Amino acid sequence: MADLYQLSSASLDALFAALGADGRRILAPTEADGRSELNPVTRADQVAKDYLQTTLSAKETVFPKVERLLSYTLAPGQVDLVDAEPTVTPTVLFGIRPCEASAFAALDAVFNWDYRDKFFNARLEQLAVIGLGCTRRDDACFCTAVGGGPGATKGSDILLTPMAGGYLAEVLTDKGRAIQALAPDLFQPSQGVDKAALLAEVPAAFDQPALTAKLPALFDSPLWSEQSLRCLGCGACAFVCPTCVCFDIQEEADKTGGRRLRAWDSCGYHMFTLHASGHNPRETQGARWRQRIYHKFSYYPERYGQLGCVGCGKCTRACPVDMNLQEHLVEASQVNP
Amino acid sequence: MELREKAKQLLESGDVKAVLGFEPGTGGVRRPAFARSAAQAEKLVFDGEQNLASYVTHKEVKRLGRVAVAARPDTLRALLQLMGERQIKEGDLLPLVVDADGQVTELPSGEAMEEYLALSAKELPAKDRELLDRLGNMTRQERWDFWQKELSRCIKCYACRSSCPMCYCGHCTMDCNRPQWVPVPSHALGNLEYHMVRAMHLAGRCVECGDCGRACPVGIPIHLLTFNAEESVHAQFGQRAGASAKLDYAMSTFRPDDKETFIR
Amino acid sequence: MTDTFEPKITAFVCNWCTYAGADLTGTSRIKYQSNVRVLRLPCTGRIDFMLLAKAFARGADGIIISGCHPNDCHYTSGNYHARRRWMIYRNLMDFMGIDTARITFSWVSAAEGAKWAELVNEVTTGIRAMGPYTEYQELANAGVE
Repeated sequence: MADLYQLSSASLDALFAALGADGRRILAPTEADGRSELNPVTRADQVAKDYLQTTLSAKETVFPKVERLLSYTLAPGQVDLVDAEPTVTPTVLFGIRPCEASAFAALDAVFNWDYRDKFFNARLEQLAVIGLGCTRRDDACFCTAVGGGPGATKGSDILLTPMAGGYLAEVLTDKGRAIQALAPDLFQPSQGVDKAALLAEVPAAFDQPALTAKLPALFDSPLWSEQSLRCLGCGACAFVCPTCVCFDIQEEADKTGGRRLRAWDSCGYHMFTLHASGHNPRETQGARWRQRIYHKFSYYPERYGQLGCVGCGKCTRACPVDMNLQEHLVEASQVNP
Repeated sequence: MELREKAKQLLESGDVKAVLGFEPGTGGVRRPAFARSAAQAEKLVFDGEQNLASYVTHKEVKRLGRVAVAARPDTLRALLQLMGERQIKEGDLLPLVVDADGQVTELPSGEAMEEYLALSAKELPAKDRELLDRLGNMTRQERWDFWQKELSRCIKCYACRSSCPMCYCGHCTMDCNRPQWVPVPSHALGNLEYHMVRAMHLAGRCVECGDCGRACPVGIPIHLLTFNAEESVHAQFGQRAGASAKLDYAMSTFRPDDKETFIR
Repeated sequence: MTDTFEPKITAFVCNWCTYAGADLTGTSRIKYQSNVRVLRLPCTGRIDFMLLAKAFARGADGIIISGCHPNDCHYTSGNYHARRRWMIYRNLMDFMGIDTARITFSWVSAAEGAKWAELVNEVTTGIRAMGPYTEYQELANAGVE
């Protein structure tokens, strides 16, 4: 049950100060060279003024692009584990969109599936999310087709919706209430604000349940090869995606010691499923593109009961050749098996 | 004849199995498009930025058969370089150039491409020339700080590599793991070494199309590194990538009188 | 940087000229500073440019690369290819802000025992004055959460 408040723009600095005093790092979208990126901030004026989305996703906070899993020293006949614990900074994500906030659940599905990932959980536990609803959208967004929306609350501990003078603030979870408790005076009682009227209009782009139901029959369709002819097989889509979770583990070691690192990987790479024998079950880009779609829209629902896509559109914006995911999904919805 | 008409003609005659050009995409951006029927040819435009030569080494494209390629000068250079490196044969492709009036000319041979390219010299875009000059005027420390800051944002997605027509190696040196010569993770050393290796592997082969910089999702001007290597080759050895269908690769040739100033 | 800083110099040398030359330095009993670690390769043509980057990453403060004089390569043209490679790589390194003053390229023949000693002494003294190349060495741990 959400508690509704109003937060004025002027009070953000005080909120940030309270968070900082509580030992938390604040990560927010900042503007640089026409791009928005998540960076540490201490003042409200450092937050990007008019941005739609950051290029990279907030998954970096719980699943960094490079993460040390353990390190060790070596001596003849001896291995000494030096470090196998995550180093976590308590963090508040400020200003990420509802689509991204909802993506943490998709990451959680994998990182807590058959094994509880210590690193992911340690970071998630120390993370609070102050989301920001969307007053506009672009051609790449399609959150409403995948169960989200410009004002969706899933994944946010506090959701702010921009309004005159500041924000409508919905305090949604215990973590949200704990933040409110740091500066309770800033949260003024709310007076009958029509949240929906403040938000962008995002008509659903396609019938996702129908598409998910249809996908098994489309497995051998030539559609996937055709759609992926222009795909370059780079990893940009997977890396900017807030729900993509594939990773590689690399050992960097020599005679004196080493470290084991986890790094992002992508099923779009041609060597991702290459066997040592030389056989590759996903030999063509079409098979790899199909995998991307199916993993998010067929296997995720089947296995985890949720979608692996939040409709944020980051993949579309990052793609060097405009593989517009929404467009491809709409096309797939219209194809007969 | 205009591009769409030419495309339809080529497809209908069976001369080519696909015409590779551009089409309007999200928000009007241009993206690569494969027209395989007269209907698909209706959408073709020529004014995209990507270097379509990257596709001619993809096995999925090779399987289509003979392909016509809408080619800007940089695309032609890339195709010539690929011919020199024996990755494609003259007959595999039909480069099409489009002039200011939208009229299409076929350049069916390496010779025809070379002749066409000889009509205008390769010039770096002004923006890139400015950036290169600005970097050149910085102190070494400033350049280090600049690149460390830029490279810290690299996520090793390899969009730069994938968009490059010259990065066609089935097993790229980055993928070699016995030994893992270049670190995979996108930490400081991994990023520095990757980009260093890539620039060196492109020295004398880079056609300076700038696709790598455009492809980078986080906006690193990564093309400047390969531009530096290529300009360095041209300035010191006089050779250029993509000048001819006959390979003239600066890094596998030499002159006994190559001049340098720093060897004691 | 303290008075006791002793630089680590890595030397990549070719077997037939510089390595033999360095050997002559020894048999001639010419003394030179002992900071250098000599790595023997068959030819300068075999020197991968990444070996230099790896040397810095692994703690080298300075690097020497040395081989046969042009026209004297034991394998005829290895040093010509190496020279081309160095001309491009040196520019690239400088462009990326790597301290190319810490790298010395030279031709030292099998007969130039004295030159080798002079070279090593000069380079070592120079690098000692420059201090450790910590800026590069710090990269080894940077960028990992």
